[in-house]
Amino acid sequence: MTMNSPATDTAADERRTGDGVEVIRDSMRTVEIVSDSGEGAQKCGQIFGAVSAKMGNGVWTVEIIPAEIQPPARSPAGASGNRIRIGTEEVTNWGDRTDVCIAFNEQVLLARHRLDAIEPGALILVENMWKDHRDEDVRAEWVAAMEELDGHGYRLIEVPMEEQCLTVVDDARKGKNMFALGILSWVFDRDLDLTRDQIAHAFRKKSEEVYEKNVKLLDLGYAWAGDNLGVRIEIPTRPSSEDMLVMNGNQAVAFGAVAAGMELAAMYPITPATSVSHQLGEIFHRFGGIVHQAEDEIAAAGVAIGASYSGKVAFTITSGPGLALKTEFLGLAIMSEIPLVVVDVQRGGPSTGLPTKVEQSDLLATIFGQPGDAPHVVMAAATIEECFHSMVTARRIAETFRTVVIVLSDANLATGVQPFRRPSLNAAWMGSRPDTSPVPEGKRPYDWDEKTGLSQRFIPGQPGGMHTLTGLAHDEESHVAYASAINQHSSAMRSRKLAVLHSTLQPPKVNGPDSGDLLIVGWGSTKGAIEEAVERARAEGASVSSLHVRFLSPLEPGLKEIFQRFRKVMTVEINYSDDPDDPFITDENRRRGQLAWLLRANTLVDVDCWTRVLGEPLRPGVILDVIRANLPKGGAA
Amino acid sequence: MSGHSCSLLFPVEEDREYTMSDYQGAQARWCPGCGDHSVLTAMQRLLAAEQLKPEQTVFVSGIGCSSRFPHYVSSYGFHGIHGRALPVATGIKLHRPDLHVFVVMGDGDCTSIGAAHWLHATRYNVDMVALMLDNNIYGLTKMQTSPTTPEGYRSNTQPLGSYLPALNPIEATLGVTNASFVAQTAEWMPAHLYATFEAAYRHRGFAFVRVLQRCPVFTGDIYQDAVRNPDMIEMLEHPDGIEVPDLHPIYQNVHRHDPRNMDAARELAEKTDRIRVGVFFRDESRPRYEETRHLPLHTTDEKIGILNEELDKYAV
Repeated sequence: MTMNSPATDTAADERRTGDGVEVIRDSMRTVEIVSDSGEGAQKCGQIFGAVSAKMGNGVWTVEIIPAEIQPPARSPAGASGNRIRIGTEEVTNWGDRTDVCIAFNEQVLLARHRLDAIEPGALILVENMWKDHRDEDVRAEWVAAMEELDGHGYRLIEVPMEEQCLTVVDDARKGKNMFALGILSWVFDRDLDLTRDQIAHAFRKKSEEVYEKNVKLLDLGYAWAGDNLGVRIEIPTRPSSEDMLVMNGNQAVAFGAVAAGMELAAMYPITPATSVSHQLGEIFHRFGGIVHQAEDEIAAAGVAIGASYSGKVAFTITSGPGLALKTEFLGLAIMSEIPLVVVDVQRGGPSTGLPTKVEQSDLLATIFGQPGDAPHVVMAAATIEECFHSMVTARRIAETFRTVVIVLSDANLATGVQPFRRPSLNAAWMGSRPDTSPVPEGKRPYDWDEKTGLSQRFIPGQPGGMHTLTGLAHDEESHVAYASAINQHSSAMRSRKLAVLHSTLQPPKVNGPDSGDLLIVGWGSTKGAIEEAVERARAEGASVSSLHVRFLSPLEPGLKEIFQRFRKVMTVEINYSDDPDDPFITDENRRRGQLAWLLRANTLVDVDCWTRVLGEPLRPGVILDVIRANLPKGGAA
Repeated sequence: MSGHSCSLLFPVEEDREYTMSDYQGAQARWCPGCGDHSVLTAMQRLLAAEQLKPEQTVFVSGIGCSSRFPHYVSSYGFHGIHGRALPVATGIKLHRPDLHVFVVMGDGDCTSIGAAHWLHATRYNVDMVALMLDNNIYGLTKMQTSPTTPEGYRSNTQPLGSYLPALNPIEATLGVTNASFVAQTAEWMPAHLYATFEAAYRHRGFAFVRVLQRCPVFTGDIYQDAVRNPDMIEMLEHPDGIEVPDLHPIYQNVHRHDPRNMDAARELAEKTDRIRVGVFFRDESRPRYEETRHLPLHTTDEKIGILNEELDKYAV
């Protein structure tokens, strides 16, 4: 069996044990488990990923998720599951193609094959109950699928999952995932005690009986693999000396919110943001926190704003369509200078778009979405660890600058699971209550410091601070502005705050040499894939570096200076842009990637872009091809 | 709304007596003859009578003529966006149940663009007073049909006359699960207006008050007959609702209505023969959202301890 290891140059090491089992030792491998929705492939993948992380492997998991809860069975469009990429070192992205695939039927396997998600030479384990199914159509579909899969070098092994699982459970649909987990545990030599603990955690809301059955299925799969599979894969573990946490990005947002002293999460269900509220729903009450599920997206913003106005630390979570609905309220918070943190877990757009898939297309809407001049802060988390820490930073900025801070995440971070350094919690992160001591005579609700635009807010209940906050143009007293100069001045004061924040930011670090032929610029969840691609390109001798932007509004300082040290600068993003070679496209009318648009406007550097909206995270191998194609021809810089 | 003030939070606050002038904000800029003026006066009277500390009182409004209200009261005010006063007020009360929160909306604000919030705020039953100043028209944007505009009434958007029967806000509010206080009054009956505000303020829960109101510029004729002819009015009275005996010599149609009786309330709300003012429904036993969701606060150290405990479950 040959399995490519795209992330490393070292060839996999193969040997045979005494009993004839082939053992492949390598530093990185990718696994997929796919099934119909409701068959539990995701749970299997999550447990496998968590166990691998606990054993000391680097891990990145991605959900493969259809838009519906239970789409028709045995349909390629309904494929549901998980990809887990594990390595000896840290894993920062989902990789290119999978090396091992367990499929509960041949149709979902076909879906992955057609998406070019399976590596030639991959080990495929597929449920074989369909081969001899009583329904003639099913049997025909099996035959057709096998023909389609033939000739790609896959090492396909049929597994009697149904038959095996029925020895433990009455309904095999509810057991194959743990059987598959057993197979994977044998193939990758996972620690079974850890796996049992993880099963107990995953089914903590279910009965002891459910746990027992699942463990039986695990053992059954493990034993079956030992008896029937002749290949094992060894990814050396390197347990971290530091304490690590394993969770997905939405969980990290939830825990980050608690660590940041947030007290109210107002939300309305929307994919893929909602699971932040699921996590909070389980724990927030222990801290005195409230998850308020509002009647709609607008009310969620309104409740958060009302709470923040009265001194509570409040935030709201949403995704693109919800952000659009909140727009007017965000304008009010910016205009009346009410601190508010908004988390936008991006999905594909516009409109309902791709609800369960990753995209980075809310960037310009989050910065410029409000009518009128509405300066506020936009920052993007690039890793799951940053999902946690962004909440602390966002609260601090929102309160210091009395403004709205939008934290961008996306479906890739939301559902991706990765270990990260356990944060050492800090009392200062939780912040303090706003000052509610009596307001000294003469102090005004918008006593803007002329230089910085900063002012102290008055909280209801605070003696002497009575005023009527308004979304109308207003002066320092919060009186409605009837004189023309007032609006110019108050606009300047709100804008000034961004310049002050900008003056406190550090220039971004260049990954690789700080000058060269090509600079790839990214933002958000693409960081791992871009950096892996850049590393592979440098190993080929290319002069390429990358840079990841975290603050989008205001933009981080020093970008122009950095860009000028490279012969070519381009962004790589998951949003739509015209390809330069498309019909009618000229340099003048080309609609570019959203970050490229922003960088061009701010630096006057001719920043190019390469973007795709395939509804999946970018693959490092694809970015590598983009780098190769975009290296400037001719001599070195 | 309860009269509990949270004196423990501000023990140094001196005790002083407030008069109506202490609640005087900016000079009201409504048109002469606008019903909003008498609503403002009745409200300032109530604030003085109940001795509400201005810093402990918040008026929240949306957008429209009536939503300028907070500017004209010397207290904390929140003049937000069109239709969205109720979510903001809910947010305030979730954090500060000790504050006295009054929401002032117009008919477009409450029953049109903010209709979803009206329904849900009624169901949340957060302890606050919600006034809907109903002049049956969009005034600030210059005479467009609103949901409460009478059928056939001409406006700039429906010059041939309103096409639909007017929405009945009392009936609608009574239809919402967990409604706890539903009343109607009229701005040209100051004593009744005051008595209704007082009952609404003292009610523990979401007190919805529809105030019938003349717009002298656009809808001056709608209530003209009712203002001139007290026989068109029927007062609903009960010790558990309101009683305004001083008005009996003028308004002789007095109907004793027990506001605990929802069936009778709905029947009365549906009738169109007379304008009924008074408390249609009141039930203080209904759950209040901010109390249901109330949780004890923790110190930062406690929170860090609990958070570490929760993070342990995700530790490697």
